Amino acid sequence: MDATEIGLWGVPLAILGGAIRVSTPFIFVSLGEAITERSGRINLGLEGTLVFGAMTAYAVAVMTGSPWLGLLAAAGAGLCFGLFHGWICKFRGVNDIAIGIALMLFGSGLAFFFGKPFIQPSAPDLPAIAFGGWSDIPQVQAALSVNILFLIGAALAVFLWWAFRNTRAGLIVRVVGDSSDAARAMGLNPNTVRLLATGVGGALAGIGGAYLSLYYPGSWTERISSGQGLMAVALVIFARWNPLGCFAAALLFGGAGALGPALQSVGVTQGYYLFYAAPYILTLIIMIATSSPSRSLAGAPRELSITK
Amino acid sequence: MADTVGTAGAPALFGARNYPAALEWAARRAEAFVIPLAALIVGMALFSVFIALVGKSPVQLYETMWRGGFGSWFSIQNSLSRAAPLLLAALCVALPARLGLVVIGGEGAIVLGGVAAAAIGVAVNGAPAFLVILLMGVAGVVAGGIWVGAVGALRHYRAVNETISSLLMAYIAIALMNHLVEGPLRDPASLNKPSTEPLADAYRIGNIPGMDVHWGLILGIVACVLSWLLIEKTRWGFAARIAGGNVRAAQVQGLAVGPLIVGFTGLAGGFAGLAGMLEVGAVQGSANASLAAGYGYTGILVAFLARHNPLAIIPVAFLLGGIGASGGLIQRRMDLPDATVLVLQGMLFVVILFSETFYGRFKVFNPDLWKRGS
Repeated sequence: MDATEIGLWGVPLAILGGAIRVSTPFIFVSLGEAITERSGRINLGLEGTLVFGAMTAYAVAVMTGSPWLGLLAAAGAGLCFGLFHGWICKFRGVNDIAIGIALMLFGSGLAFFFGKPFIQPSAPDLPAIAFGGWSDIPQVQAALSVNILFLIGAALAVFLWWAFRNTRAGLIVRVVGDSSDAARAMGLNPNTVRLLATGVGGALAGIGGAYLSLYYPGSWTERISSGQGLMAVALVIFARWNPLGCFAAALLFGGAGALGPALQSVGVTQGYYLFYAAPYILTLIIMIATSSPSRSLAGAPRELSITK
Repeated sequence: MADTVGTAGAPALFGARNYPAALEWAARRAEAFVIPLAALIVGMALFSVFIALVGKSPVQLYETMWRGGFGSWFSIQNSLSRAAPLLLAALCVALPARLGLVVIGGEGAIVLGGVAAAAIGVAVNGAPAFLVILLMGVAGVVAGGIWVGAVGALRHYRAVNETISSLLMAYIAIALMNHLVEGPLRDPASLNKPSTEPLADAYRIGNIPGMDVHWGLILGIVACVLSWLLIEKTRWGFAARIAGGNVRAAQVQGLAVGPLIVGFTGLAGGFAGLAGMLEVGAVQGSANASLAAGYGYTGILVAFLARHNPLAIIPVAFLLGGIGASGGLIQRRMDLPDATVLVLQGMLFVVILFSETFYGRFKVFNPDLWKRGS
């Protein structure tokens, strides 16, 4: 068998590999958003945080030569954006959704502003682990070359799923998200909890951005994110605020995102742009299928504005 | 602003004997005017700090911005040309906002309105000019209206969050445009920049006499005035405000909330679609990727700055059109990235949203204070 000629089998293989590659930013952004939304706030600004995180990670990696420092800087930048959102939303009359839209534009604008000098130079990549060594087929090897952040994201999903149920911090976030009054009765300050939850959410989104610029696609451009941050927000609703569901949904979205390039690689060029729209269409269909006007969503934090 | 009464009776209040009443009238309105203006100034001050931090002169920046956007007749015309699509794109946010909906996908309606108009313009080539332009306008309005009207329908009948779905629809619209412009509708002669076939010169939308600004500006202003009348003076606008306050209460009152939502979002999308048609008919001459120039996103900021008041949209669109128009000059003169304007817009956006918290906090704006003071 000619190992390089696997024909149409390349499509599902490329989708599998693509799902793993493309899904990682979705995993981090959606886990971050799940924490934020569980505390009763929605942060639509994660799209901007993702772009700014991507730029920060790339710039720091170029300047220091270390992708890990870049990752750390992106998480720090994301934390700042998240804390800002969390702080400003505690004021009466300030709408969390509108602030999210503003931060989406502001984060992207800042990233483009500071990112201009870093479009040309190349930064070191985050390392990947080759799980495909057993095979001689390059496509299999390519599909199973898994970045370490994907594994961390998977572990984080399991940890958060456990932590929401079994730890004091998890309980606090859930109580605040379900009822501000109950939280106050317990002596908790809902604003402080939401500030921290949004901050952590922002930091995770920043890491998602670092993955974009330091691994896949692996360079900084102004078009690096095309709504992943926003789709991740929709994905959290679809996953019913369950971290394990977020992980599964992120894989599904990653697969949809890999459909276009996978078909292109085997020579299907018709409707090329329509396949690129697959993740958006999938998100929309899922939102339509899982929403209902007559009953509120199971598992929804009751303080969350979009499901009230 | 929801509690404003008609302004028609205002001048009579300014008689000498009605002095306290005039003060009360002024206090009621001053808040809606002073707070956004103060927010604008604070936002620009914060931006000055930012510019100083990156080692440039804020004074020079604002001077350049003034020169590029407002300082001469030439630059004012440039700003007005940019304001035209912003007026319509802002209405796409402001009209649904009256129903309590946050629709941010105007960019999609602009793009599809432009493609539909270009396709019609080429298809009926040979017909009289007024008819072709009319058909192009209808095509743009219908395409945009369906796109955003669907968002409203999904919101009401399936409870799909309109903010997220409208932005997803915008991404889908841009993919659809790329598909059509690079495939079925592509003009084989457009090599580097895939476009639809160019419109015949006779079908291009001309300029307002005596100005270097196309008719879209007039159309946009008329749309704003009509929208204001719709919201403030008709029963549909009144019903929309009730539904925006409380959907259940509106339904108990017997209001047909579903048609109201679909109608308002459809109209909003129609305006954005018209903006796309104008970009094709007056600026580009064909549909191509330049349609997704970000007017839809700047329109969101315009609407929020204007606090969703269609009349306030007119000056705000001019202001932001001017800021946008000065971007090129700032880039060349001050060696700053073109995203400088985006940073300013983002800062203004955050500050204006933050300013919402100050409504009702200042005693000066409380009409009762002036009532008692007489």
